[in-house]
Amino acid sequence: MKLIIAGTEKQVENNITISKLIELENVETPQYVTVSVNDEFVSSESFDTQTLNDGDRIEFLYFMGGGQ
Amino acid sequence: MGLTNEQILRYSRHILLKDVGVKGQKKLLESKVLIIGAGGLGAPVAMYLAAAGIGTIGIADADVVDLSNLQRQIIHSTPDVGKPKVQSAEETIHSLNPDVKVITYKQFVNASNILDLIEDYDFIIDGTDNFPAKFLINDACVLAKKPFSHAGIIRFKGQLMTYVPGQGPCYRCVFKDPPPKEAVPTCKEAGVIGCMGGVIGSLQAMETIKYLLGIGELLTGYLLTYDAITMEFRKVKLPKHVANCKVCGDNPTITEPIDYELPACELNLNKK
Ligand SMILES: [Zn+2]
Repeated sequence: MKLIIAGTEKQVENNITISKLIELENVETPQYVTVSVNDEFVSSESFDTQTLNDGDRIEFLYFMGGGQ
Repeated sequence: MGLTNEQILRYSRHILLKDVGVKGQKKLLESKVLIIGAGGLGAPVAMYLAAAGIGTIGIADADVVDLSNLQRQIIHSTPDVGKPKVQSAEETIHSLNPDVKVITYKQFVNASNILDLIEDYDFIIDGTDNFPAKFLINDACVLAKKPFSHAGIIRFKGQLMTYVPGQGPCYRCVFKDPPPKEAVPTCKEAGVIGCMGGVIGSLQAMETIKYLLGIGELLTGYLLTYDAITMEFRKVKLPKHVANCKVCGDNPTITEPIDYELPACELNLNKK
């Protein structure tokens, strides 16, 4: 199936979980990433169990602490 | 009160704009903006807002100018090393635009002073470099119903979002709680390309001016991310409302500002 990850279409295995996708995408600091699926946030407790559907739009949002 | 001839000339490129005009320029001259952190982000924000004729600019920062700041904090110059940042920033603003009234706060912003600090201002800029401060500013602005611009920069990346009370999610809706100490690197540890502050800070200034003029679409409900390496800007849509947000959700548990502990590395640097 295909997902739209950060705006880019990608082919992934069917019924992939969010945790698996985080691993596949080499997400930096995976414990602290915010994930949205179709513009709604997913609680980190569901990352291991929630599976994704064909056409889902996924965004990874990262802490960015700098500024000074 | 009308504009003086000098002001009409100084702001002529604004006045020519249909969305600004004399009326809009007068609005800017009557506006008050507070910039928390006179650093990589705060420097360009302060300079563009000063040039634009924001009537009152408050600047809060407890630090003094260090040589390592000058690679990005363009409001400070080499002779300013060792000077309080708020003083150096005030001097630059005054020479740029004497119309601007500058109010300086040479202090750390914390849970006991932030509500008093933001009270008088129309818009707040988060130009801080650590998560405790970013969450503190968010919570205080949500509680006091003040609009603000959040931004962060690190390495070759930057991001920003705009919070307007009642019009979209807050910073805590997106990021929930500060990450544990040292779990996520800051600029001091990871580095940042100098002009990243210019890119993101200029966008914060742009959001401020649009908010004050009441024009255009703001980054409310969006996180704008910028990657200088791939040269990509992305406007990531956020949920309209996050019911379980601890400060702006349906049953908020945060009812006053919180002082989170600073990472050890930051504390050491503050001591020197
Ligand atoms: Zn919120």
